[in-house]
Amino acid sequence: MIALSALITPQIAATASFVLIIALTIFGALIAVGARNIFHNVLGLAVSLFGVAGLFVFLNSPFVALMEILIYVGAICIAICFAIMLSEPLYLPRPPRSKGKIMGAALGAGAIFVFLGLLLKKTTWTPAVHRSTDWSITTIGHYLLSNYALIFELVSLLLLVAMLGAIVTARGGRGKP
Amino acid sequence: MLLFNQLQTYLFLALVLFVIGLYGVLARRSLIAILISVELILNAASINFMAFNRFLAPNPVVGQVITLFIMAVAAAEAAIALSIIVAVYRKLKSINIEQATELRG
Repeated sequence: MIALSALITPQIAATASFVLIIALTIFGALIAVGARNIFHNVLGLAVSLFGVAGLFVFLNSPFVALMEILIYVGAICIAICFAIMLSEPLYLPRPPRSKGKIMGAALGAGAIFVFLGLLLKKTTWTPAVHRSTDWSITTIGHYLLSNYALIFELVSLLLLVAMLGAIVTARGGRGKP
Repeated sequence: MLLFNQLQTYLFLALVLFVIGLYGVLARRSLIAILISVELILNAASINFMAFNRFLAPNPVVGQVITLFIMAVAAAEAAIALSIIVAVYRKLKSINIEQATELRG
């Protein structure tokens, strides 16, 4: 037992969990795009979003990671599940995929991948000269209510408008209540 | 240099996520599947903002606030898009984009 704990240093444990999180993110994204059953797509999206939340923990921001799980996994995925239930039944036969369009999409996405990847390899990033080291959640709260109060208010207004718009749009076509 | 302490790792991961989402937007035909792919693209953008925030930015609050803003906008976008999808299904009895061609001349 002692030998094992001496063998696994914190660095190795952190790297292993990081690789696991990366694998989770990409695997989930592949399911979210590749699976034919739309319900599997949503589950893959949820897995991928959990991975992204883990990445945010690695990037020093547990608050944003919690928000990611709360908003994306908790709200958006559930909303998509409701939309699936309210729209097309899953047992209906689907028209076959056309090979040409799939190949075209793969080619386009691959070209952009190569271009951006080469760009990424070429660029050298220089950090800012003076960097603050204050990562606490309290600071985020202070900034949200002072410097970035406009963003805070704008988000609340946007969510209100989106909620009303969603109700009006989804209600259309039904008779009077 | 550890793997998770490098900016390049995160940027490359965000690139992979973005490309997967882009492929989904181009190749899928169900409206809900396209919405899922758009969510992946938005997440790739969030990862980029958080990575730059962690490694380069002078003030670590800014990137987190921007990421929260992206999440809120994504939630609003998903709500609107899903209600439109439900309305389209009620009108056309299908959410396949190749059958939603009412506006074609």
